Amino acid sequence: MSLIKIALAGEGGQGVQSIAEILAEAAYNEGKQTIYIPNFGLEQRGGVSIAFIQFSDKRIGAPKFNKADVVIALSERAVDRTIGFSDQNTLYVYDSGFKVGQDELPSEAKQIIGLPAIETANNELHPRVFNIIIMGAVIGLTNVVTFEAAKAALESKLGYKFEKNPDLRELNFRALEIGKQMAEKSLKEGVTTNA
Amino acid sequence: MIEPATPKSWYLPSKPHKFCPGCGHGIVLKALGEVIDEMEIQDKLIFGCDIGCSLLSWNFFACDTTQTHHGRTTPVMVGIKRSRPELVCVGYMGDGGGYSIGSQHLVNSAVRNEKVTLILVNNTNYGMTGGQMAPTTLPGQKTETTPYGRDVEQTGYPTKGPEFIAALTSDNAYVARATVSKYKQLKRFIKNALRNQIEGNGFSFVEVLSTCPTNWRTNAKQTWSFLEDQMEQYYPVGELKNPFGKGDK
Amino acid sequence: MQKVIGEQKKAFMTGNETAAWAALAAGAEMMFGYPITPQNEIMHYWTRLAPKYGRGFLQTEDEISAGFTVCGSVQSGKKAFTATAGPGNVLMQEPFGMAEGMRLPLVAVIQQRGGPSSGTVVYSQQEVGLTTYGGNGEGFRIVYSTATHQEIYDYVIKGFNTAWKYRFPVFILGDGYQAKMREPLEMYNPEDRGIEMVPTYPLLGLGGKIGQDREPAHLCNIYSLEEELNEVVLKFAAEYEAISPELVEYEERMCEDADIIILSHGVVSRAADDAVKELRAQGIKAGYFRPITLRPFPEKQLREAIRKSGASKLLVAESAYGQLYRLTRQEIYGETIDMETLFMPAVGIIDFDIIQKVKSIL
Repeated sequence: MSLIKIALAGEGGQGVQSIAEILAEAAYNEGKQTIYIPNFGLEQRGGVSIAFIQFSDKRIGAPKFNKADVVIALSERAVDRTIGFSDQNTLYVYDSGFKVGQDELPSEAKQIIGLPAIETANNELHPRVFNIIIMGAVIGLTNVVTFEAAKAALESKLGYKFEKNPDLRELNFRALEIGKQMAEKSLKEGVTTNA
Repeated sequence: MIEPATPKSWYLPSKPHKFCPGCGHGIVLKALGEVIDEMEIQDKLIFGCDIGCSLLSWNFFACDTTQTHHGRTTPVMVGIKRSRPELVCVGYMGDGGGYSIGSQHLVNSAVRNEKVTLILVNNTNYGMTGGQMAPTTLPGQKTETTPYGRDVEQTGYPTKGPEFIAALTSDNAYVARATVSKYKQLKRFIKNALRNQIEGNGFSFVEVLSTCPTNWRTNAKQTWSFLEDQMEQYYPVGELKNPFGKGDK
Repeated sequence: MQKVIGEQKKAFMTGNETAAWAALAAGAEMMFGYPITPQNEIMHYWTRLAPKYGRGFLQTEDEISAGFTVCGSVQSGKKAFTATAGPGNVLMQEPFGMAEGMRLPLVAVIQQRGGPSSGTVVYSQQEVGLTTYGGNGEGFRIVYSTATHQEIYDYVIKGFNTAWKYRFPVFILGDGYQAKMREPLEMYNPEDRGIEMVPTYPLLGLGGKIGQDREPAHLCNIYSLEEELNEVVLKFAAEYEAISPELVEYEERMCEDADIIILSHGVVSRAADDAVKELRAQGIKAGYFRPITLRPFPEKQLREAIRKSGASKLLVAESAYGQLYRLTRQEIYGETIDMETLFMPAVGIIDFDIIQKVKSIL
């Protein structure tokens, strides 16, 4: 696999760092090279939270990058902070749940996709697994890790919660699957704008 | 949309502020803001903040503010007050900035009866750096650096700041401990502290017991319980030294 | 401005006393300090003079506090300074860093003593690295290395002007020998020599009604994003580089035809000066180069001296183990001249030492 650079950004508390960590761990378990570095401001809560993750077969260089292969922005502020990472090769993904004007989206991108992740989480699953849907979407968009490896990493990180409440396991794995399908569908359909 | 009433001395462009949900800083700074308004000292107030969560107040007030280094807010305020006594200098810090790295400066400024007002927010941990033990962490309390609970054999007992400050200071200092659970009293103590500076009496110090649900990992109910049932039992609230009258509880 | 010197006054006093008088004459309003040898007398003289001239003083609880109280004082618009040495200089790097980061017109007199650690209380040139590039910044500081009491007097006065004009922290770098020795100098009021003192101004407590006459001042030294700080540092760098040419000071003698140039700073340059004269008398073509500002370093001027002389050797002589040498090397990188060294850490250097070294290498 050649180098894939992903920038995930959202509001602090949306779980961006959690899924970045799980994805990186999954890739590591599959014997891939991976670097994940979080980026945030001073405040403990709130603020924009960005995760930079890279996957490759070879040793990865700098932990940061200027342009990403995939950007996923989960809030308006996150879009604002990440349009700079998009160029003509970037797959730019945002959550279609919030209204973003055309002029606020990046002017340069390979493809711009709106995913109804928040809406799906709220209506079909549970608000708390919104970030797992996004994780599934990342896999659907890039195949950086296999679905099985992702599930295993998810189990490894959240297993202790699943022990207490086995329904959560079901919920999270469904969210993962739904996210993956949502992404694959929108790739086929091409550009999706605000619903 | 209904906008909340905010003190005139608050700087609106920096709102909503960046403190965590459930954090006590917002309450303390509101009380301070109201006192600044009531005493009409906005234009001559110099606000100094430490590192740590208190640094999020660097643009909180519509008052001249300087953010300093960790534990060094006290000497910066002292430098300003000694140079321009007509200014009202308020140093704002946490339990680490005051009782740990800054204790040297706190103690000596108290002994010298420096005419500054220090407000120290005690939430029993180092919040911004992720919840490590603070001098004020309670015995048995779990923090990032005391994951099995604070062991007083290894780390000593919690620091009772106002108590030792009161012992060090001269009679015309003002020393008190307030809590965010008693707002009117908090305001009264802050007002007395500032009055002590403005009237040229001497040093004034207010510790405020405050909440940190983020690092305590508590929900709302647990948070208030920790504050009222544990912290306020360990750290008595009241005025330890009050040149204006009898101690007020 | 208040005149503190009656008429141009010839004096015979120690370097420390000189520094105190110079600060007084420069209109310094506040001194904050903590005892450490060999600069204590600066405080002793200041505390005696200050009340007579309406100036202020506070002996703080440590050097960290001395540095931070100066930071607060200059933020409030007062001409303030401190003095320290050795381990005190190490502690003060924290507040000096704040002055660099917040562009505060802080002035500090440094009287170098033996290091590292407590070293000696006596003398060295071992705080060059610390004073030029200490702390966690980029060395946006101005450092004057004095060699005579006249220079201590002149550069303390100039130091305040440099600080308040350009808002970078300024250091007057002396040493324990200069601090304690006595020699003649002439004291003066700046205005009697046509020196205008740069006016001070507050960064806090600006007066007027907030919200009506002005916005509040919010001063910070921490930023949320890496990019913000990157911009700030680059901006400071650009300003520093722009003013460097007018700040640089140096002394150069007999370099036009020198075979060997002797490079030294501070009190050692007096011995170097004697050594060069003696060597010339003995038929050896020695040249003398002395940076007065270590920051900004007279790099262009040194390169020029090397070029025009065609000298084959540059001898760096210092009472340290390579601090001036490293500074020089980094500044004149690319010069192919042979660099020789005379390192005598923590001890004084006399002309004989330099002469002997020159003869051994030529």
